Amino acid sequence: MGIAETYSRGRRLATQNPVGVVVAATAVVLTLDLLGALATGGVAVSRVGRLVWDGLMRGLVIGLAGIGLSMTYSILGFANFAHGDYTTSGAFAGWAATYLLAGLGRADVGSLLLVGAGGSVFGAQLGIGVVATPLAVLAGLLTAGAAAVVLALAVDRVVFRPLRGESGIALLITSIGVAFALRNLLQFVFGPARRGTTDAGAVPDVEIPLADGAVTVGAHDITLLVVASGLMLGVHALLQRTKLGKAMRAMSDNRDLARVTGIPTERVVTATWVIGAALTGAAGYVLVLWKGTMTFNDGWLLLLLIFAAVILGGIGSIYGAIVGGLVIGLTASLAAVWIPASFARAAAFVVMIVVLLVRPTGIFGGRSTA
Amino acid sequence: MSEGVEERATTGALGADGPADLAAEPLRVDGLEKQFGGITAVDGATFGVERGTLTGLIGPNGAGKSTTFNLVTGVHRPDAGQVTFAGEDITGMDPHRIARKGLVRTFQIARELGGMTVMENMMLAPQRQSGEALWRSVTPGLRPRVRREESDLVEQVWDTLDFFDIEHLAEEEAGGLSGGQRKLLELARALLTDPDVLLLDEPFAGVNPTLERRLLDQIHALRERGYTFLLVEHDMDLIMEQCEHVIVMHQGRILTQGSPAEVRSNEAVVEAYLGGEV
Amino acid sequence: MSTTSGLVGRIADADLTYVLAMLAGVYALYLAAGLALGFDARGLLNSVAVVTFYVAVFAMLALALNLHWGYTGLFNIGVVGFMAVGIYTMALVSKPVLGSGGSAAQVGGLGLPIWVGMIAGMAAAALLGLVVALPALRLRADYLAIVTIAMSEIVRFTLLSRTFQSFGLFGRTVGLGGGSGLILDFQSPLAALVGTLGLEGAYAGLVGLVGTVVAQNPRAVVDQFVYGLLLLVFVAGFYWLLKRAGESPFGRVLKAIREDEQVAGALGKDTDRFKIKSFMLGCALMGLVGVLWFMPQGAITPNTYRPRLTFFVWIALIIGGAGSNTGSVLGGGVFAALLFQGPLYFKNLVDRAVDISNAPGSFGPAVAPLLGAGDPVPFLLYTVDSVRQLQLVLMGVVLIVLMHRRPEGLLGHREETAATVPLTRRVAGEDDEPESQATAADGGQR
Repeated sequence: MGIAETYSRGRRLATQNPVGVVVAATAVVLTLDLLGALATGGVAVSRVGRLVWDGLMRGLVIGLAGIGLSMTYSILGFANFAHGDYTTSGAFAGWAATYLLAGLGRADVGSLLLVGAGGSVFGAQLGIGVVATPLAVLAGLLTAGAAAVVLALAVDRVVFRPLRGESGIALLITSIGVAFALRNLLQFVFGPARRGTTDAGAVPDVEIPLADGAVTVGAHDITLLVVASGLMLGVHALLQRTKLGKAMRAMSDNRDLARVTGIPTERVVTATWVIGAALTGAAGYVLVLWKGTMTFNDGWLLLLLIFAAVILGGIGSIYGAIVGGLVIGLTASLAAVWIPASFARAAAFVVMIVVLLVRPTGIFGGRSTA
Repeated sequence: MSEGVEERATTGALGADGPADLAAEPLRVDGLEKQFGGITAVDGATFGVERGTLTGLIGPNGAGKSTTFNLVTGVHRPDAGQVTFAGEDITGMDPHRIARKGLVRTFQIARELGGMTVMENMMLAPQRQSGEALWRSVTPGLRPRVRREESDLVEQVWDTLDFFDIEHLAEEEAGGLSGGQRKLLELARALLTDPDVLLLDEPFAGVNPTLERRLLDQIHALRERGYTFLLVEHDMDLIMEQCEHVIVMHQGRILTQGSPAEVRSNEAVVEAYLGGEV
Repeated sequence: MSTTSGLVGRIADADLTYVLAMLAGVYALYLAAGLALGFDARGLLNSVAVVTFYVAVFAMLALALNLHWGYTGLFNIGVVGFMAVGIYTMALVSKPVLGSGGSAAQVGGLGLPIWVGMIAGMAAAALLGLVVALPALRLRADYLAIVTIAMSEIVRFTLLSRTFQSFGLFGRTVGLGGGSGLILDFQSPLAALVGTLGLEGAYAGLVGLVGTVVAQNPRAVVDQFVYGLLLLVFVAGFYWLLKRAGESPFGRVLKAIREDEQVAGALGKDTDRFKIKSFMLGCALMGLVGVLWFMPQGAITPNTYRPRLTFFVWIALIIGGAGSNTGSVLGGGVFAALLFQGPLYFKNLVDRAVDISNAPGSFGPAVAPLLGAGDPVPFLLYTVDSVRQLQLVLMGVVLIVLMHRRPEGLLGHREETAATVPLTRRVAGEDDEPESQATAADGGQR
């Protein structure tokens, strides 16, 4: 009886959601494969450990940047293709501040403000690091958030607000224009070269032994972890404890209704941009701190992964964006165990496409912001 | 005006071969059930629509009328129950296949194809157009046949526009029509698919009394030519006045059905519907 | 809009006039710029040939995208992926067998004729279209957008990957060449065409004729020019095909799907089938453009096929106005001439007048004199020197402004009527209704 029931339920599941069953089966097979390889020593435990740690770091950045994208997607109703370039813009502003504080008196102000454009000054030269120059890093982080907010509000005022009533597609296309303009303006001002931003050799780290090797955890890893989780908790508290969160939920459910019921929609929109942009600017900053290099299209390259995370988690859900970010980060990192590393990003996209097909509302779908 | 209608109606302008000779009860619904996220929208609906009648489906808002419509026309798949059309089980079939079988619907909020002209809207409707195959439309040598077919359709469409007295709107973009004109366009367009049974979802909502009168005249004229109609309405008086057969839904169930007189005397109806609303 | 009868014919003429006027304008502009730059005959011919090439490829791409978005409402932002699949497949099929010639190529192909490769390229692009379409066409427009752009990136990663750098196929060593790309060491497509048509003699005569004005290597100039003209013939072919597809019962269903898919379904149309057909046809055409664009380039590398190229096509389509084939051609032309090639010509123009070789290498040295001594020259030089970045900024701004001011495109809101015949009342033998006939003819392009 029990078996028959399980069987029939299984069959119903298979017929109703065949793709889902295939996905689940694939996940099980991959996990078993990984466990087998670990047991037989085909894959070193420490390598998997390093990949997991790396994926976690990337995932936190993607999740942090994804919160803003997810919020504007649900409240303004469009996929903002300029979001990645908000991340980069914030990062450049933040790093200009860090360079300025860390290098004042040691290089001319212009070179510092341009984050060493044209190879005029290097981060390593200035000895930048969270331990060596903590104040410069903190100031940079704050500046990154603030600059992204200013940028997002300015762009909204000039570009998006006049199109408020238009379709999501019209706004999406417009945002592509914004992305183009922003990214190449950044290149115009800061130059095309990828530059080193930190004194990577001087950043303290610890080796955590793990079975057959070790996982290296550096001070910048810890900084990323602390900043990202701190900001995520902060947003959680903000949206849970204030009226703003409620208003946002109402607006993402039904904009017209929200307006009719007296929610100041434009103020909610502004708040959405402020929170989303601050987080994405901070994400851009800590990403550069962690990687130790930066260039003008970092954010654009991150954008599709952020979209993947947001869709995976369910548009409008900040927890979804965080979880989606971690899943995407870990996928892109761990995929290297099974497939060539050049397909790591492709693997993350495949995960996103599969989610869109199986459950377009995402993991946390149906639940709106917070 | 009405004599014009009569005259044109007899020219055989509408659907290519008129309604088919159907069984006495072309549409039959048995024990239809549908739940949305734990809420039962339709709970065991069973009814039939007789050939050549004007059958009304009424009930207060949220009674499950529109869901029933969507279940019958394939927009939603029922959780249980069966829909039979012309002796064939069509439960859960794709909407376009159901439409091709001759069971065609209109929408509650008129859904004209706004970026297309009225003419284009109408030309879309006829079934089995050979030019709908891409290769026949583009291949030199085959296109003349498509053109001939289209020329014939154009005539048929103009006649149908005449019948509905909207020929002066033929070249307008459908998005620019008034609410009532859209309703007319939808009905005219549905007719051109050459249906046997028409499901009209609140065809009179938002239509001014003059136009409502005209629509009713046209529906009656068509019924006399053998078309079968199932109407969803919540204007109780209108249904009682116009329909031979009335089905009353309430909270997802069929409360009662029968002639207007029978329904009117049913205490449950009076309590659930008339009592509540009037 | 006041009209007179017989407008149908005149609209067709007007469309041709628009296109010809656009071409004439572009040529006049480029010739004027060339003369200002002091180009000789060779330079003038060359600049016209190059701009013709880009006008043609962007017109074709915009036409193909118009089928997806303008007609069917499919939001495809993976255009570049289909182009890449087209040219890479073509290369795989038509490259000579490894080791057969004196080529320095690392991997070979199947050694089949060029036209087989072109057809294979189109088929592969259509097939990829099918693979994307089958699951994804039911998705919302913005989701389809994200799926298609992700797909185009997956294509690029695949081309970049070492895994497929070289592999065996039908006993031949072929491959995608990885990050270093592929050398297109097949016969020049133009020479192959001329040879097939048996026109070598006439072509040599043409080269000789041009040789009287262009002293050195006239062949290169003639090749480029003729190839450009050949592409214009392809544009005409695309236009003809898509106009016929659009002005037909098939195109009518596509339009209905764009407007309201559920209504099309309720009227008995199998919308999924129509969407798949439309998507595959558009993808095949994009694959063909990929082939036509990159086939004469000598070599291809994966990083050419970045999403940026897709957005170029979108800007072209939006300039011209989605929904209109004529608009697509105009948009493609205007984009190619003014936004894609124009800024580079402007740079050359300035370069000719002022020596910009000593322009500052970065923003700092460029802006410092401006802020310090109020000397704007270094900044202006840097600006001109950075025209490649700034032209992308300009494109972004143009896109934003278009979406604000003129989302319906150059020609305004206009669409070709989706039918093979005029939708007017037949007035055979009657002449009492010229009025209604005229309004009818006008209806399709309001």
